[in-house]
Amino acid sequence: MNDPILSGHQLTRRFPGRTHPALDGVDITVRPGISLGIVGESGAGKTTLLRQLLGVDRPTSGEIRFAGQPLDRVRHREFRRQVQVVFQDPRSSLNPRMPVASIVAEPLRSLRIGTDRAARAERVAEVLTAVGLRPEDGRRYPHEFSGGQRQRIAIARALAPAPRILLADEPVSALDVSVRLQIIDLLRDLVDRLGLTLVLVSHDLAIVSQLCQEVLVMRHGRVVERGPTADVLNNPAHEYTRALLAAIPQLPLDLEEP
Amino acid sequence: MTILEATGLTITLDGQPLVRDVSFGLAARDRVGLIGESGSGKSLTALALLGLLPPGMRTSGRILIDGEDHLGATDRQWRRVRGRTVSIVFQEPLTALDPLMPVGRQIAGPLRLHQGLNRSDAERRAIEWCDRVHLPDPARLVRALPHELSGGQRQRVALAMALACRPRLLIADEPTTALDVTVQAQILTLLDELIEETGVGLLFISHDLPVVAGVARHLLVMRNGRLVESGPVDDVLRRPRSDYARQLIASAAKVTRLARPSLQGEDR
Repeated sequence: MNDPILSGHQLTRRFPGRTHPALDGVDITVRPGISLGIVGESGAGKTTLLRQLLGVDRPTSGEIRFAGQPLDRVRHREFRRQVQVVFQDPRSSLNPRMPVASIVAEPLRSLRIGTDRAARAERVAEVLTAVGLRPEDGRRYPHEFSGGQRQRIAIARALAPAPRILLADEPVSALDVSVRLQIIDLLRDLVDRLGLTLVLVSHDLAIVSQLCQEVLVMRHGRVVERGPTADVLNNPAHEYTRALLAAIPQLPLDLEEP
Repeated sequence: MTILEATGLTITLDGQPLVRDVSFGLAARDRVGLIGESGSGKSLTALALLGLLPPGMRTSGRILIDGEDHLGATDRQWRRVRGRTVSIVFQEPLTALDPLMPVGRQIAGPLRLHQGLNRSDAERRAIEWCDRVHLPDPARLVRALPHELSGGQRQRVALAMALACRPRLLIADEPTTALDVTVQAQILTLLDELIEETGVGLLFISHDLPVVAGVARHLLVMRNGRLVESGPVDDVLRRPRSDYARQLIASAAKVTRLARPSLQGEDR
């Protein structure tokens, strides 16, 4: 089995003034090449967990490890280079005053990747193409793009430093269904082509099932079930997982894709 | 009998048409689903049916309510319709409810206005309605403020408010979109129960095809301000006539499909 690249051990996060911890003794293991879905409803602690994995919030107790090292012993630039993130709403995550090329080049500048402007511009063109945009789109501004295209820009920015892990927090929830489908296809394609490992936070089990080999079901700050996605969906062990599956509205079965 | 009929409904802003030539009717016990993606004009259509369009938008066509055209109705005429003949619940009950008023008084308000009940009768009726929408401990809950309730409980209050004056039509605009999936399932069950009990006609607006298909019997599909398809839910799902409906159904079926991948990612 591959060694974990990113992991959390007994993560607990308490927020002042809250009686219940947002995270309560959570263990999580991300292994290279195995995309992991974190599912649960609002207040389950999914986003809090993602913020721990991203290193932007520290656990009250417990430890995050990256490539076997405790996170505070890993060079920040190295970690950022390897672990990137995409958020739910591309309207608020892209700076409206910057042309797309500058937005996408931002992690390259801040992580001091690429020797000069020309090298960075080349990388920007490369990742814009990888997400299905044109290099010349870099001259335009975020408001000139649709919601789905803006999410492509956010993905391009995350890919710019060539990370090994892409964390995504509800990356398609704000999008219309046809656009959602395109972004799911894009993420799947990027995972296959670039060997990315995706850690996907979503309230939507269907989307997790389409992108992730493993799943972790959270409720009230705890992990109630984990395992290969196929096993969890076919044979849910926890009552809450069963309730979650039963609640998903489904179209008549014979309409679905084979 | 038809309660509400829109004919050739067109909504424009600064000369730009946002909704074009939309026609459909609603009768008691109808369950009509209106589906479309963002910007399709579905919510504007709903607002127009209640005379709630933002200032600056112009309408043409006809909106017949009990046979009377309300297209150019005055505020006073609309107030007689809203809550009494046609009610609405919105996506986020927190914005529809007054944050500073106990929820019981908010349910009682329309009862006093439309049915002339006195304060104590209206408040008693509010408690009954909280019970009907299965809120816990109704006698106490009526004194709570909206922020003290959960999202699902607030949507129950909004439903009680909308139905208390026994309207004949209920417009529900994305009523479960902001809710978690398990709470959504509970609210959909409640909605089903309430419309069966009261016989209220339903116009259910959503971007979520599986949800609409579960609630409605007749489906309207909107795109770019136009109605592109209309028919019984089963017919539309199985034999869509427009390219757009076909595409929408295919996307929804793919997106909501629970894939059951094997652990070896290469197998896909």
